[in-house]
Formats: sequence, C-alpha cells, structure tokens
Amino acid sequence: MPVERGDSPFVGKLKSAADLEKLKLTILSERDPGKPCITVCMGTGCHAYENEKVFAALEKEIESRGLSKKVELRGTGCHGFCEQGPIVVVFPEEIFYCRVKPEDAAEILSSTISENKVIERLLFKDPLTGRKFTHESEIPFYRYQKRVVFGRNKSIDPKNIDDYIAEGGYQTLAKALVSLTPEEVIREIKRANLRGRGGGGFPAGEKWETTRRAPGEKKYVIVNADEGDPGAYMDRSLLEGNPHLVLEGLILGAYAIRADEGFVYVRQEYPLAVENITLAVKKAEEYGLLGENILGTDFCFKVKIRRGAGAFVSGESSALMSSLEGKVGEPRPKHINTAISGLWGKPSNLNNVETWANVPLIIDRGWEWYSGIGTENNTGTKIFSLVGKVNNTGLIEVPLGTSLRTIIYQIGGGIPGGKKFKAVQTGGPSGGCIPEKFLDMPVDFDSLGELGSMMGSGGMIVMDENSCMVDVARYFMSFLKSESCGKCTSCREGTGLMYDILDRITAGRGSKEDLERLEELAWTTGNTSMCALGKTAANPVLSTLKYFRQEYLAHILDKKCPAGVCKALIRYTIDPEKCTACGRCIRLCPQQAIRGEKDKPAVIDSDRCVRCGICREACRFEAVLVE
Amino acid sequence: MVTVIINGKKYQAEEGRKLLQVALDNGIEIPHLCYHENLSSYGGCRLCLVELAGRKKSSLVTSCTLPVSEGLEVKTDTPQVKKARRLVMEMILPQAPDSLRIRVLARELGVSAVSFPSEGDGCIRCGLCVRACEELVGAGAISFASRGSARTVEPPFAEEPESCIGCGTCVVICPTDCIKMEERDDERKIIRWKRTLKMKSCVRCGRPFLPLAMVDVITRRSTSPPPGERLELCPDCR
Repeated sequence: MPVERGDSPFVGKLKSAADLEKLKLTILSERDPGKPCITVCMGTGCHAYENEKVFAALEKEIESRGLSKKVELRGTGCHGFCEQGPIVVVFPEEIFYCRVKPEDAAEILSSTISENKVIERLLFKDPLTGRKFTHESEIPFYRYQKRVVFGRNKSIDPKNIDDYIAEGGYQTLAKALVSLTPEEVIREIKRANLRGRGGGGFPAGEKWETTRRAPGEKKYVIVNADEGDPGAYMDRSLLEGNPHLVLEGLILGAYAIRADEGFVYVRQEYPLAVENITLAVKKAEEYGLLGENILGTDFCFKVKIRRGAGAFVSGESSALMSSLEGKVGEPRPKHINTAISGLWGKPSNLNNVETWANVPLIIDRGWEWYSGIGTENNTGTKIFSLVGKVNNTGLIEVPLGTSLRTIIYQIGGGIPGGKKFKAVQTGGPSGGCIPEKFLDMPVDFDSLGELGSMMGSGGMIVMDENSCMVDVARYFMSFLKSESCGKCTSCREGTGLMYDILDRITAGRGSKEDLERLEELAWTTGNTSMCALGKTAANPVLSTLKYFRQEYLAHILDKKCPAGVCKALIRYTIDPEKCTACGRCIRLCPQQAIRGEKDKPAVIDSDRCVRCGICREACRFEAVLVE
Repeated sequence: MVTVIINGKKYQAEEGRKLLQVALDNGIEIPHLCYHENLSSYGGCRLCLVELAGRKKSSLVTSCTLPVSEGLEVKTDTPQVKKARRLVMEMILPQAPDSLRIRVLARELGVSAVSFPSEGDGCIRCGLCVRACEELVGAGAISFASRGSARTVEPPFAEEPESCIGCGTCVVICPTDCIKMEERDDERKIIRWKRTLKMKSCVRCGRPFLPLAMVDVITRRSTSPPPGERLELCPDCR
C-alpha cells in the first residue's frame, strides 16, 4: 500500500486559522460525499487477518473495472471489533462487512458497488440470536457504546492528514490559538474534570497547571504510549488509527503549559503506531501545525518520537523520563513531582495517549458537553480492551460509570458456550479480579479501587467457570516478577516469593501457612515499594484471596483444582457410558496415553497422560471428564 | 536552615539534605544498606523506611531519598515501621545468608532465621559498588543488568571489564563482602568481575603494590602537585 495516498495539491505552511479553513474547504470541494468509498480497516487486529491482501484485491478489482475515478478505496484506523476482521465498510450507505477475504473483492464491486446489493454472507451475524446486521451502529457490540474518542477511526485514513482536516481536524487548535489564553485552555480542562486515562485517574488540568506554574523557561510535554498490559491495546489503536487527534491534543497542551518541546514515547513493538505517528508529525510540520510560529502565531512547538524497548516499568512516568534521557528505564523517587522536576530536571507534563486524545474534543465542544458524559466525578468516556471468555471481543468505548454487566453482557454478548461467568480482571497485571456479585458496580476510577482492583489503562479480561483463580494470580505474578525493574528489594523479591508460593499451591504442594505468608508478602510489597508497579503488584493476590479464598483452600486442603486447570491436581478419565468408541481421542493423543478396542470405551492411562486437554476438546460426545 | 521533627523532637537541618543523613548527624539510628554519604541516594534496599506524620493513611517512605523541608515530620520507630523493616529484612537475608553484617542487622530487626529458600550469592543489589565505580572512581566498569529477580551487577557483556582499574573501591564498599579481591605475585584479581591486573612494584623494596592501570589514571588526572613518590614507593617504604 502506498504510504501517502490522496495528498492534496497544497504545499507549504499554513499561516493562519483562515488558511486552515480555506484548506479544509478546498479538500471538501474536491470530494464528492455521494461517491462510493470502500474502507478497509488497516489496524493491527485486521492486519493479523491479512487485511493487506484484501486491500490489494479490492484495489486490483477497482482498477480492472476502470472504476478508479468513480470509487474511492481507503485504509482506515481500527474499528475495535477486531475478532471480526478484516472489516470492510462501504460508504455512503455504511454497509458493514466482516471477516472479508481477498476472494470477496470481486463480489463487493459487482454487487454492492455496481448493483447496490448487500452481500448477506459478509454481514455480521449475532452469535446469540442469529440475526444479521447491515450497519455497524445496529450491531449490539456497537449499540451500547459511545465512541467519541474512537469514532473517527473508522472514516479517516491515519496516513492522510487531509482526511483529518476535512473532518474539522486542527480547527480546535486554530480556535484556541486565536481566541483562548493558555489559562483559559487549562480552565476548560479542569472544569471538564478530565482524569488521566493511564491508570491513576489524576486530574489532568491540575497537573497541567502545576507544570505551567513551575519555575523555569524550558518545559516538556510527553505522550505516554508505552502501553504494556497483557491483552490491552487501546492506546496502540488510537495512535495507529487517529494519530493527528493525539497530536492535536498534545499541541493544545503545550500551548496551555507553555512547553516548546514534546515527546511521544512509544514501544518499538508497535511498528504501525510508530510509523503512523512519525508520519503525522512530519505532515503536521509541513503544514505549519508544528514548528516555528504555528498558524502564524508566536507559539513554537516541536515534537520528537522516541521508541521504547518494551520494558513494562517504562510506562511509569519517572521511569519513562529516565528512559527518554537515555538511561535505564527505572523509576525515581518522586518527592518532587515530575510536573515540577521531570525530564532532565525540567517541569514535564506527561499524559497517556487516550488522555491527550480527549483534549481536542473538550476544547472543541466545551466542558459542559464533556461533563454531561459519565458521572459526576468520572466524566467522559473510557476505552476498554474487552477480551477473554466473552462472545464479542475487541476495543470498546463507554461512558464512565457504565456497569460491568452492560459491558460484559450487552456489548460483549455474554459468556460463550453457555458457561458461567466467574470473574473479570480489570486494570492490567496489577489490577484485581472482580466476582459476579459486583457486576452491577459502575466502572469508574473510584469504584474499581474500592473493590481492590483498578481502572489501569483499561484492560478487561473476562473469565468463566473454567478459569482457575489461583492460576490466574500465578500468571499475573509471573508477569510482574519479570517486569519489576528489580530496584526495590520488596518488589523484586516480593513478587518472586509470591510467585513461588502460588506456583507451589497450583502444584498441589501448598499449605495453610502459605496463605498467611502470601498476605504478609503482599502487605510488604504494597507498602514498602517505591513506584506504582510495586505498590499495586499485590492486587492479583489480594483480590483473588479476598473473593476466591475457597478456591485456594480447595487446592491446599483437598488437593483439587475446582476449575480443572492446574495440571498437578487434575485427572482425565473417560465416561464409559458416553464414549462411543469412535477412536478420535486415541488418534489425537500426542502421548499415546489412550487405549481402546473396537466397540469398547476408551481408557486413559493416567501415568502417561500430560493433561493437555486435546482429547477433551476433540470428543464430540463430552465423554472426557476432568476431576 | 529548616526545622524538621523526628520522633517528636525538633532539629535544624540544611534544606534539601536527605532525612536519613540528618537523622544520622543527630545520632538517630536508622538501619540502611544502600546509602553512603558520599554517593547519590538510591532507595533500593528499603530498610531506611520512616513514617510520614500527619497523613490520613500511613505512608512509608525511604529516608535516604527524602529531602528535608520546613516542618517535615517523621517517625522512625512506629510499629508500622518496625514491621516493614522486619519483613524487608526477611527478603534481604536469603540473598546474603553468609554475610555477618547482614546477619547481625537481621537479628537487630527481629529476623533470626532465613525463612525463604536461599539462592543468594551474597549480592543484595544495593548498587553501592555501581555508584562508587561511576561517581567516585569515574570508571563506570560495572552496572546493573537485566530486570526483576534476574537483576545482577555485571561488567558490560559479563566480560572482563577493561575500564576497571582494579582500585578495589567496590570491594571495600560492598556491605555483604561479596566482591572479593586477591593478590598473587605481581597480579591483582577482582574475582567477581573476573578482572586481572598487573601491579607496579615498589622501587625500594620491590613488592608489587599498585595496579598499573591505576598508576595511569592517577598520572593522567593529577595536576599539581605531581603524585611523586606515592606512585614509586609502597605505603611501607614511603
């Protein structure tokens, strides 16, 4: 795919707000809103489903039919419904096709484009009701969302600044530079009560004001794009799908704070995010939206992209700044706030990707509008990555205060296979597991904290009855023990010792004293570590101990794993009543642990069995039992 | 000067000085392993925790990183502080179970036996050697490598560090004595870093007494007065 498609004839820098408006009108005048446009999601989720082949096939079809002038083809940002990828939407009708294959390209052109016919086979089919939907907005996954930050991802090409400008992009910046003082911008953010989306939930406006008032000429603004929670990719998708929105927010912040230099700290493992934000910065510079005398004013601001090497702890603000300085990404004591003494000892304001992306929306539509979304102390929307044992997985955006039940059952479509919900893990590795009785709790910064979990950056992993909570705690602790920077004794040793105990319990070698030890270690790690990673590292243990203690006791006292997960504590057998002697499990067992004769039920040799579960998945008669 | 309150008593201190140092200056004992007054503070061992007074929730902070300001009030021996130090020490001891200094300190803090499986090689990753080598010696021959429990102190690529001048500062400063040095004939060896250096011999008695690499550095860095006989004669012959 060409990197820069559809560039406008415009060259040179915009000298004023009027220039920007003129450019927008020029771009729009060259576009026909009635012209059919096929969009292909170019996000990373769809990339895994080979969206590039679909794009190429569509491109070829358009060309071979001589429709290049009549039909537009556009690669867009992530739509969020990643498991249904590659996603193709045909405008102006907004017909939503999912799981599109390169072979479908010809039919999309012959039926949908030429004859205006909907291809039934490519529509989304609700796994619960079997109903098919033609438009994105009708699908239950989208119907209960409020996609104010994510919304434009689906229509603009992140590689094309003109798409962003055509939709009113950078108008807010132009308005602010002309008609708002920096103080007024901060006041607007404070009144909107925008809270940091990276996890802490600290009021962004207050942080901005601290940096603005801090002594010193040189100030920095930083985008934290070092997202690293297992299963979470909200910030990645925003940076990939709408980089100019994040950039516009950053420029507004720099104007309000009076910073003349900014950094985007993004993980190297996010190649598309790096590519798109780098291109966005380059284009914004060319258009005079970054650099010297932005839009003809005396405001100057430049942005640099820095790639992180992928240490989870580098997402912590002071560790991130150490890394930016070229040092090892290790947290520093924050007796003096980074807002006052941060990067190279200068006042530095750091916010996460999603926080910055909210800024242009607030300045554009006003704090009254913004605080009308969500609840009193938790305004606006939040993007979550909804994954795990739930029918519809993907990225969702909902008003803060939406209940877990709405998210999991209405948007997520409930638990697959008629299984029972067990817990939802929120807040990334150092979040906690929330049991069923709290499903009606509103999801906001404060409620999740009260439950012993946290908002984090928005990871949400749903678990069903087949998830073992001790094993889950063990998994997250193994992540934390290897991602701790290792500076503080309590975090380095504490996470390792907690892991050892959890590992012992899942192996059936735990004792009752182990639970007391765990609680003591959790207290020490949480109370004596320096940074947020250590302070919250005990959450997976504490929350599972609090809500699922019985499961720990079953492992320790009865030597049983109720969920049938911990290999040392389970045994596979075959129910002779249900077994039809079909021989499928015998053929598939990699250990040759299953024996059987013609017309006789199969038998598993427990000594040879490695409890891989292949037989259980393969059996069509539910004859393989776990106990 | 500012006034700080430690355990209810007022003390005068230079603003910005670290609280641990202020306490030590005034004879208040606070256990610590990763702090040295001539090095930048690090806050890694977590033993020097104190409790900030006047907070709703108890808040433990390391005193070695805490700059004093007017009216700062801390308590150094609350039940909370004692519990935290004991539990942190329980984690430190298994890393250096053979170190006499650690064992004595552990007993003082209420830890009498190693309660976790010990895999330690004596290094508690306090980083004193790393900072001393960088900040005092200016060699920067060792640094931390890897993350989490795999964190170690190593020369670059775990190979013999060419920038090590064999001065032995790391050997002296290590609180657990896990960095050993030996001298045989005209060679000095820093065992932990696998560094072997030739020594210069005393012009009078002929005994090897100073690594040649050190002689180089001293000669290069000395301005006036020239190092003179200190580089020619061993301490006994001077």
